[in-house]
Amino acid sequence: MTIKRPDKRKIDELRPIEAKAGVIKRADGSGWFKIGNTVAYAAVYGPKATHLRFLKSPDKGNLRCHYNMMPFSGAGDRVRPGGSRRSKEISKVMEDALSPVLNLDNFPNSIVEVYVELSQTDAGTRCAGICAASIALADAGIPMKDLVCAVAVGSIKGEVVIDLSKEEEDIGDAVDIPIAVIPSTGKITLLQMDGILKREDLKKALELGKAASSKIYEVQKKALKDKFKGGESK
Amino acid sequence: MSKLIAKDKDIVVPGEQLAQGMEFVPGYGTYREGDNVRASLMGVLYVDNRALKIIPVSGKYMPKRDDVVIGQVIDIMMSGWRVEFDCAYSAMLNVRDASSDFIRKDADLREYFNIGDYIMTKITNVTSQKLVDITMKAPGLRRLSGGRIIKVNTNKVPRIIGKQGSMVSLVKDATGCRINVGQNGLVWISGDIEQEIIAMEAIKEIENNSHIPGLTDKIKAFLEKRTGKKIESKPKESVQNDN
Amino acid sequence: MNDFKKHIKQGLDKDIRLDGRKPMDYREVSLQNDTSKNAEGSATVKIGNTEVIVGVKFELGKPYPDKPDEGTIMVGAEFLPMANPEFEPGPPTIDAIEVARVTDRGIRESKAMDFKKLCISAGEKCWIISIDICTINDEGNLFDASALAAIAAIKNAKFPSLKEDGSPDYKKLSSKKLELKFTPVSVTVYKIGDKFIVDPTIEEQKVYDSRLTVATMEDGRLCAMQKGGEMPLTIEEIDKMVEIATEKGKMLRKFLG
Repeated sequence: MTIKRPDKRKIDELRPIEAKAGVIKRADGSGWFKIGNTVAYAAVYGPKATHLRFLKSPDKGNLRCHYNMMPFSGAGDRVRPGGSRRSKEISKVMEDALSPVLNLDNFPNSIVEVYVELSQTDAGTRCAGICAASIALADAGIPMKDLVCAVAVGSIKGEVVIDLSKEEEDIGDAVDIPIAVIPSTGKITLLQMDGILKREDLKKALELGKAASSKIYEVQKKALKDKFKGGESK
Repeated sequence: MSKLIAKDKDIVVPGEQLAQGMEFVPGYGTYREGDNVRASLMGVLYVDNRALKIIPVSGKYMPKRDDVVIGQVIDIMMSGWRVEFDCAYSAMLNVRDASSDFIRKDADLREYFNIGDYIMTKITNVTSQKLVDITMKAPGLRRLSGGRIIKVNTNKVPRIIGKQGSMVSLVKDATGCRINVGQNGLVWISGDIEQEIIAMEAIKEIENNSHIPGLTDKIKAFLEKRTGKKIESKPKESVQNDN
Repeated sequence: MNDFKKHIKQGLDKDIRLDGRKPMDYREVSLQNDTSKNAEGSATVKIGNTEVIVGVKFELGKPYPDKPDEGTIMVGAEFLPMANPEFEPGPPTIDAIEVARVTDRGIRESKAMDFKKLCISAGEKCWIISIDICTINDEGNLFDASALAAIAAIKNAKFPSLKEDGSPDYKKLSSKKLELKFTPVSVTVYKIGDKFIVDPTIEEQKVYDSRLTVATMEDGRLCAMQKGGEMPLTIEEIDKMVEIATEKGKMLRKFLG
């Protein structure tokens, strides 16, 4: 009993993925991640000094994420510029998704800022943002145990699937579960859910996401290594 | 089973499995995760028998004692100047460390170093909280006037300077420019405008190709092409930085 | 800064800029259309490493009471913090606002677009065209990159079709395009000391004395202008800068196809 997905993908099949590193030259590190029609840029500035008291920790550096959608990136209406409560929440969960792999012990009283911008969206934006941010952090030379791989899993018509498109998200009883995985340990650093799900389906969904993380890691890795083929780009 | 998975001189990324087995020693930029040694930095892997380490290709400068760096004065206070080096930590240059001349209490500090000035300075101390002290009282340290400042990645500085200064001397001799390389990646170049541009391009070439073998010959060819002058190879006592 | 400006001026006396370019040289320009698939029109422009993306969105609105038979445009510019370490998150700075308003005037006041064609029903319904400029990487000359990308995005923009209830169907674009009666191309000329340059780098933007942005039409007429910078300009200088902007405008116009 396998449902037919609108774009004919299998239930465990990701949309096509592409990634690049070093796309924003002024940043200390940058990444670009495309999954299906969702495109995310990420730029890292840091470690750098901050004047904001509440961001300074004497024992280690702090990570700050800023998630934003470009006004023309959405599938329907224009998105009004400036943050929304949604973008602020996504910024926070992104910080929690990326912090566990970072080692900022060597940067007391400083911050690492990550800016994620979506130029085109078709669901899975925070996950694409996390994937782009991981590339950017590695590109910036931030010490990290691993990259972070994120993808939205969920269910459509009672069937557990991976990487829902916007069209699939809009189907009646679809369940959307963005997750982020540390590929070397399989541990989950982001988990959110919209919808109603059976307990055993959750485990299935998380395993699906974990299995996909190694595929995503390979694409991220290649993006970083390609930057060095034939000398680094100008 | 114990085996090396990545090869010497490979470019590796964080999380990448480098070796399997307990007898491998995780050096700089690597860590042990169970049976595996993995990378914690993006960079070039160096394998020495069973010891693994990574030389990073990116990352901001970390202030270290005794480093000679190029900084920019960003503020003037009662007791001295605040200086930035394109990293997360700035430094205080105290009046007493600024000059071998005696500076009077009511002196106008701008006469010594003004806001925006670039200085060649030496780090004398870095605390655990990364508070940095610097001095101008040592040979070669001075305000840099004229010329231009370019930024390269701090990790590429050893390659740009070369063994006993051989690489930077190559560029200096070919272009006739004075060049000072700060450990923090700021580089001062001063000479004829056209020659400065050639020197800048040569240094960028070194930065972009730092991990490629035969770089010295490549840069030599680049300089000969751009300056139109042949470079003679001669043994020379190279000094790291000009006065 | 004075020291550095002197250095730049010494180079300009020999017609050489910091990066080896001649005063009238642009860095490599590239233009890609349709770079944001959800927008009704979009384009990305690169000048050297400076990169700007512009998207056009159509929204339904009510005409202004004093212009009941016209629709309108809204130009916004976001100097996104990812593009430059000096940009901070938050509402647009005066620099971003200036880029947006100068781009807006180049289209609105020049009457390049017939706003009457944006009216659906007089006094009640019209199209509001939002043109949003987003910076991706800033290595100088956001002015020209933004203006060029904005015009390119407008040129490839298509009206959404209307659903039965009269609301826009963004998933189905019609074949109807936004027409421009002519194509304004914007060039900003900078003056450092007594020398003129185009397409400045970040360093050159920090030491300039004055600048003049000029938008020109295909037939060489001027359709928008903006002077910036602290120093005044003589009439002869303005005339010379307009001449430069017109010539460079022809070069940039070729990228619009």
